[in-house]
Amino acid sequence: MYDIIIIGAGPAGMTAAIYARRASKSVLVLEALTYGGQIINTPDIENYPVAAHISGFEFATKVYEQAEALGAEFVFEKAVGITDSGTCKKVKTTENEYECKAVIIATGSANRKLGIEGEDGLVGRGVSYCATCDGAFYRGKTVAVAGGGNTALEDALYLADLAEKVYIVHRRDSFRGDETTVNTLKQRSNVEFVYNSNVTKLIADKRLTAIEVTDKLTGETREIPVDGLFVAIGRVPENRGFAQLITLDDAGYISAGEDCLTNVPGIFAAGDGRTKDVRQLVTAASDGAVAATAAVRFVASLE
Amino acid sequence: MLKEVTAATFENEVLQSDKPVLVDFNADWCGPCQMLKPTLDKLAEELDNVKVVSVNIDNEDEIAYKYNVSSIPCLVMFEGGAEVRRSVGLKPRPELIKFING
Repeated sequence: MYDIIIIGAGPAGMTAAIYARRASKSVLVLEALTYGGQIINTPDIENYPVAAHISGFEFATKVYEQAEALGAEFVFEKAVGITDSGTCKKVKTTENEYECKAVIIATGSANRKLGIEGEDGLVGRGVSYCATCDGAFYRGKTVAVAGGGNTALEDALYLADLAEKVYIVHRRDSFRGDETTVNTLKQRSNVEFVYNSNVTKLIADKRLTAIEVTDKLTGETREIPVDGLFVAIGRVPENRGFAQLITLDDAGYISAGEDCLTNVPGIFAAGDGRTKDVRQLVTAASDGAVAATAAVRFVASLE
Repeated sequence: MLKEVTAATFENEVLQSDKPVLVDFNADWCGPCQMLKPTLDKLAEELDNVKVVSVNIDNEDEIAYKYNVSSIPCLVMFEGGAEVRRSVGLKPRPELIKFING
């Protein structure tokens, strides 16, 4: 039996592993994909203390090496559920079952999809969820950004420097996001706003050739020829597997405050997957420390 | 380390290959691509019936354009000189093996 099982090897989970190992607890980290989490998509991190510039890949690799050198065990299996019988908790993965005294859920979040027909098949063929990753493929081309939040606005600004034309398809007629970015975008001659509209259809041959947008107020549809569509309509937490045991909020995030405590004693939540205001690399790491400290205290209370 | 294929060698290394070829389209600035690399290196060593090569899309934008690559990492399987399937994005090892075996 492990002292602590951590689900998710992103910045929150791996920081928790470092803290728990430094408190001499045995630690298993379960990860569905690869260590690092979504930060590996960031080419340049500029807002984490210590390094003025570091790539997400390098950051993740350093934290991984640090956790591993301290003795955290990493297993690459997807956790699908937790059962709790008080002092012993079982974490089920797609392949195995592991026992522990305390669990830290740090599964983060994934890109929200539009949920329209053909979307999955067009990923990599014109549909993207990451402008900084894939923008380079659209130099001199026409693209659309779906969304109206800060990510969408920043994506549009990034793409406006590369693409010939950028459409921003937004379901409202105003933006809640950063005003400076909105004003900068409005001054760009190659940016066009499509307000009160949703992307309702993807038109493709071998790859995306156009999108259909529907005006929410008039119901009118129009087809916009594009080479690429960048979907930036937010993120969704990946907590469904734990919903039977753990209380989630309406949006699916684990109901846990800054103390990282869930409704179940001995199960803690860290990082983007819990209810919180600021979802940043540094706050994820901070959660890792808080959750690990609480988990260590819980394990000690059983002894 | 995977063998780097260029526009000059693509025909010979990929299209004319006797064995099926897994082409890894990647770039230095792409974090998920760097993440995927060690797994592909290992698979290349282990698999006798498949050749695994790398195409750097910044140096070889013509190949990337020709094969409609617009998100990386992008893995394209070639058999008998033609694309048979592709996989976009970072995948864990068991899924990569499934993808390679079709």
